[in-house]
Amino acid sequence: MTGIDRAQPITFRFDGRTVQGFAGDTVASALLRAGQRLMARSFKYHRPRGVLSLGSEEPSALVTLGQGAAQTPNQRATMVELYDGLEVFSQNAWPSLAFDVQGVNDLAAPFLGAGFYYKTFMWPRRAWFRLYEPIIRRAAGLGALSGKADRGTDEKAFSFCDLLVIGAGPAGLMAALTAARAGADVILADEGAAMGGRLLYEAEAVAGKPAAEWVAEVLEELAGWPNVRLLPRTTVTGQYDHGTFAAVERLAGPPAPDRPRECFWRIAAAQSVLATGAIERLIAFPGNDRPGVMLAGAVRGYLHRYGVQAGRRVVLFANNDDAHRTARDLAAAGAEVVAVDPRADAVAQGDYALRAGAEVVATRGRTALRRVALRDGAGRVEWLEADCLAVSGGWNPNTQLACHLGAKPVWNEVVGGFVMAPDAVSDMAFAGAVMGACSTRDALAAGIAAGAKAARALGLAPVPPDPPEAEAEAGALQLLWQVAAPGRAFVDLANDVTVKDLVLAAAEGMGAPEHAKRYTTQGMAPDQGRGSNSTALAVLADATARALADAGTTTARPPFVPVSISAMGAGGAGKGFAPVRLPPAHQAALDHGAVMIEAGPWLRASHFLRAGEAGWAEACAREVGHVRGAVGVADVSTLSRFDIQGPDAAQFLTRICTNTINSLQPGQLRYSLLLREDGHLMEDGPVARLAAEHFWLFTSSGSEPAMRRHLELAAQGYWPDLRVRIFEATEAWAQFAIAGPRARDLLAGVLDALPELAFMRAARVGMGGAEGWLLRLSYSGELGYELALPARYGDAAFRALIRAAEALGGGAYGLEAMNVLRIEKGFLTHAEIDGRATADDLGLGRMLRASGGFIGADLATRPALVAPGRKQLVGLTPVSVGATLAAGGHLFVPGAPLDPENDLGHVTSACQSPTLGHAQALALLRDGRARLGETLRLWDGLRGTDQLVKVTAPTAYDTEGGRARG
Amino acid sequence: MRLICPNCGPRDRREFSWIGAASLLDRPAPGGDFVAWLHLRDNPAGPLEELWLHEAGCGALLRASRDTRTHALAPLTLAGGAR
Amino acid sequence: MRYSGLKVLAEGLRGGAGWRPFWRKAAPAAEYDAIVIGGGGHGLATAYYLAREHGLARVAVLEKGWVGSGNVGRNTTIVRATYMMPGNQEFYSTSLKMWESLAQDLNFNLMYSPRGLLMLFHSDGQRDAFARRGNAMLIQGDDAQLLDREALRALVPYLDYDQARFPVQGALLHPRGGTVRHDAVAWAYARAADARGVDIIENCEVTGFDLADGRISGVQTTRGAIRAGRVGMAVAGRSGELAGRAGFRLPVESHVLQAFVTEGLKPFVHHVISFGMGHFYISQSDKGGLVFGGDIDFYPSYAQRGNLPMAEHVMEAAMTLMPAIGRARVLRNWGGIMDMTPDGSPIIDRSPIEGLFLNTGWNYGGFKAIPASGLAFAHLIATGAPHPIAARFRLDRFNTGALIDEEGTGATHHLH
Repeated sequence: MTGIDRAQPITFRFDGRTVQGFAGDTVASALLRAGQRLMARSFKYHRPRGVLSLGSEEPSALVTLGQGAAQTPNQRATMVELYDGLEVFSQNAWPSLAFDVQGVNDLAAPFLGAGFYYKTFMWPRRAWFRLYEPIIRRAAGLGALSGKADRGTDEKAFSFCDLLVIGAGPAGLMAALTAARAGADVILADEGAAMGGRLLYEAEAVAGKPAAEWVAEVLEELAGWPNVRLLPRTTVTGQYDHGTFAAVERLAGPPAPDRPRECFWRIAAAQSVLATGAIERLIAFPGNDRPGVMLAGAVRGYLHRYGVQAGRRVVLFANNDDAHRTARDLAAAGAEVVAVDPRADAVAQGDYALRAGAEVVATRGRTALRRVALRDGAGRVEWLEADCLAVSGGWNPNTQLACHLGAKPVWNEVVGGFVMAPDAVSDMAFAGAVMGACSTRDALAAGIAAGAKAARALGLAPVPPDPPEAEAEAGALQLLWQVAAPGRAFVDLANDVTVKDLVLAAAEGMGAPEHAKRYTTQGMAPDQGRGSNSTALAVLADATARALADAGTTTARPPFVPVSISAMGAGGAGKGFAPVRLPPAHQAALDHGAVMIEAGPWLRASHFLRAGEAGWAEACAREVGHVRGAVGVADVSTLSRFDIQGPDAAQFLTRICTNTINSLQPGQLRYSLLLREDGHLMEDGPVARLAAEHFWLFTSSGSEPAMRRHLELAAQGYWPDLRVRIFEATEAWAQFAIAGPRARDLLAGVLDALPELAFMRAARVGMGGAEGWLLRLSYSGELGYELALPARYGDAAFRALIRAAEALGGGAYGLEAMNVLRIEKGFLTHAEIDGRATADDLGLGRMLRASGGFIGADLATRPALVAPGRKQLVGLTPVSVGATLAAGGHLFVPGAPLDPENDLGHVTSACQSPTLGHAQALALLRDGRARLGETLRLWDGLRGTDQLVKVTAPTAYDTEGGRARG
Repeated sequence: MRLICPNCGPRDRREFSWIGAASLLDRPAPGGDFVAWLHLRDNPAGPLEELWLHEAGCGALLRASRDTRTHALAPLTLAGGAR
Repeated sequence: MRYSGLKVLAEGLRGGAGWRPFWRKAAPAAEYDAIVIGGGGHGLATAYYLAREHGLARVAVLEKGWVGSGNVGRNTTIVRATYMMPGNQEFYSTSLKMWESLAQDLNFNLMYSPRGLLMLFHSDGQRDAFARRGNAMLIQGDDAQLLDREALRALVPYLDYDQARFPVQGALLHPRGGTVRHDAVAWAYARAADARGVDIIENCEVTGFDLADGRISGVQTTRGAIRAGRVGMAVAGRSGELAGRAGFRLPVESHVLQAFVTEGLKPFVHHVISFGMGHFYISQSDKGGLVFGGDIDFYPSYAQRGNLPMAEHVMEAAMTLMPAIGRARVLRNWGGIMDMTPDGSPIIDRSPIEGLFLNTGWNYGGFKAIPASGLAFAHLIATGAPHPIAARFRLDRFNTGALIDEEGTGATHHLH
């Protein structure tokens, strides 16, 4: 019973050639059946490679799928399921897979040993970057990206369960079944397209029936439980804290626009069972990487699951009984088989020739294996014709997921691999090969035990079933890591690391596992050394005369298999990366010609373009004119608004703000400063006392997260005795600035009634029946108000305000005009409040109340914060008529050297002021207030400008402030 | 990472913001040693008393004891006491 | 032994039998002139310059694990001189100059690759902030160019100029910025220090300090007591722990920063690209892996591993900025322990204990600082006085307020 359906042929292409496979095939199985042994070129030496394995650990048969934007490099041919029209390409070969010019690297191998590049390419000094590195970069790498944006769809999901069972082989199936019957909410995940693990690849029976039949029955029962979710094609890729797992699900079939390709799962599990089995490993002997050299279990698996006979003349080279099943099954399928076993007492298990006490010492065949040399115990060498060499050096348990949180596997001599100790990871049970239960019967029993253990930990009462009848032999093994013979013996096929490389590392003092890994790159390839780590450790232990058990291991890192950036970053493409915040009158602004720009998380109107206007500068100048000459309206809803209430709210704000809020009367506003604990200015903005126990605190747009942490730490952490509640109310309100000499006229026309409102006062108002607040304040220096209405009225209100403004000869204004208006007035933004400035630096020192007691008061008096020589806010005007100014230039005394010592400061904000008729800037200047009237050099080498500027007071327009108070 | 909020139960770490070491709660009175309080840290490799804000949840400021070597974490408590 | 192309050829012909260990596996002596704790980049560089610049004959580096096991082998390999605050400017400028000839100096190919660092901006405000920074870099004598969107597009056509959440408006280009092969830095300094007689002692953890009357006279280790009147700590994220053993606290919190590498790909990303709005930066290694990282996980940790929220955030940033790498696959993800200070700048200074010196607080910028840090720390240990390039890296600056707050985020260790 194979896993393919010969009634469903599927046609795909490999390097342009049409290949036929069947439903259920992988690219590797179909290519093998079609006789295509050469599938790839190796990473460093560009050696011809075929397929080694049949799982996700495949180190050699990496291919590129698709073309154009969908081009996906480095896919394991062993994991890609066929679909009609699939395009598969070989990679890392030029001009063709069969003839690759970089194969010349292989000839130079004696000079290209581990780390050779650290010892050369150093002269002349610039040659590395100019000459050598480009050559090395082009030679390295595997597949290629298309260069086109990936617009395919992937998705992410969260899931929760009582028990996550990882791996649906015999152990995992029994663990899931045992826990499911006890009532646990179970997720069973397996990376295969079909569940069953190794059982799908073997001829042995379980419970007296073919293993695949038994698997189907168990899966049928599991699927019938409402508390079980089955996730095939899902690789659990990482274990994270507190029972969080990452997993990647591949969706089968051709790409379709309406369907994701992959789903990245975050699974929160109270308990887990790790039943990920083991993968077979190679033996390091010369020529162990030719196309046709395969793992013994893979050869068996291709036969049983895919109906593919990997060779007609097969040599088995194995040090364990388990692998002899490959010889038995291939011989039974009609192949001519010779088994080579280093154990002198090895016994044949079927109808094949056996060379006991012998080793494979060489192979031949450039793009496909042709001959194999074996050496018997007496040292005699014999050459055999062979098209397939099935190798088994034993099995490496897949313990990686257990180690992501820091647990270490331990060497088990009987298993011949590293396994997990029972309680190595909290809330995770181990079953099957990962804890050393390697026979089918032991794995089934261990699965039952692990499922029962997990169920009990969940407070359930499992009834462990009797394990089904199955093979009890784990297969005796005699460790054999490497064969002593001349020639290159590969340890890590994925990175072309040989025994000799590891021995060299040891000789150069880099024999500790982590050093050897970094120096030779063994274990750093796409398979993270799953197949090669134990062999490398054994070679190193040998070279450094240590016991393998004491040599230590390298650290397994997530992900267990490589995860595409598009899957783990699903949803992040385009605008999905961060929410776009839109003010409530966004559409109204667009309808009036607004050009929107990104302002932190918000989209805001930069300017409102009118017919005939050439661009932003013209619109901006007009809008400034509206405010200075008539009336302008602007959407300021994006300002962060905290609604603060409670009997102690005034006391709380008095400790938060540098000026006294206690004394504020209901209906009064106060411009306030907030310092950080370290005494620097954090925010400036108005505080409004709406009622005795009710305040609004305004801070800059987008500052909510930082402000909320600041306020809540103070309220809940510092002063939990204060009765105060804080509500982040930004998006509950729409707020509009109405500024200009005719602001009052405008409001009289749109409000239900216009209250008499003095500067820095607030009152309740209505507009068309909507209840809101009118605040008398100004960020433009003109007679100004801000009208706050519930957000749902924002759109209508803004339209009405713009209409009214236009009727009075004004109009809407945007961020550009707002910026000009505030620079003319010397008002601040975060270009000046840059996190390094103190209140005094910005001319606001008088706003720090002398009695202290507010956040930041104590550290604001540190010596360097009050010493002379600090950069202070000033204004700048150009000396040359008509010159422009830009932010970012640095200031020097004319004639002084352009060096950091003489760097006096920089321009923070600059504009072309239509009001003043010249460019105007703000700057932070060393001892600036003592330099008013000086002429300085403004150097902006980055933009290639160099000019003289005159230092002025920050306020360049209406210095007395009469217009705003009028 | 999953944190157990006393108000909301176990929640993903994404709902929380780390605020700082719990020593922040011992804010000096005016005139006290603010330099040491704000800057110096025990910074243990081991159990750390710390503060989290359940920002995308109930809004409570929470106190945790977490081992910085393993991230082992007991259920959190309200930093400001029951409010 | 001198490394060269000729030597590689000669050894290739005779099977590599002549290669010798990079450094001796030294056992601790009873006493040294100076001890450096920490066998990472900073510690090894310090030992090298103590021997080379100051002629100290008996110097030991004590490493609790294996050489290079900390952040020197866990970073994203970027070197740059892009600072604008007095104190940082001259220090990192010196460091970059040292990188340029360090391979020749140490006779070990460190693969310094000045491929250019691009810092993207997305708004006028950010452009102005980068203009200020770029001008500061020029004034310091380093290189910088302001690129508009079209100039940037010509260099890196594969960014998502049309749809990215924060539209890319341009970049500040630092042409001499680039990458260095990180592990090799530790090995090269270790080898060069060893050649000058420095004992590099691995698997030797400092468990305590021998102190009397406010002076240090030696250290206790897992390999016995070692005497020395001058001891320098260069242990990055472990600084707080060691300071605790010496009886004082530091302005340092240890946070985890994750990094990622993809499977090998043919050359695609030819620069170092930094995307501030997404806390994302990327380059491509010579082996072909895309190497990238993001922000810290925002909780203190010594686990050298991170969690999913930040890892996913980094991938999402990659997707919004450069969806052309969507089909690449992340192969490995790890974490390093960052020694975060309240102003984001380092400390190279005396400790409260006479004879015990501090080198800490590298936040997540320690790799590029290694040569200058070693030079400056060696100077401090040898002479007792700060090196001019590190004169502002004072421990007491939090008392005085003479901060070096490059990002202006204030005294919250984890926000830098």
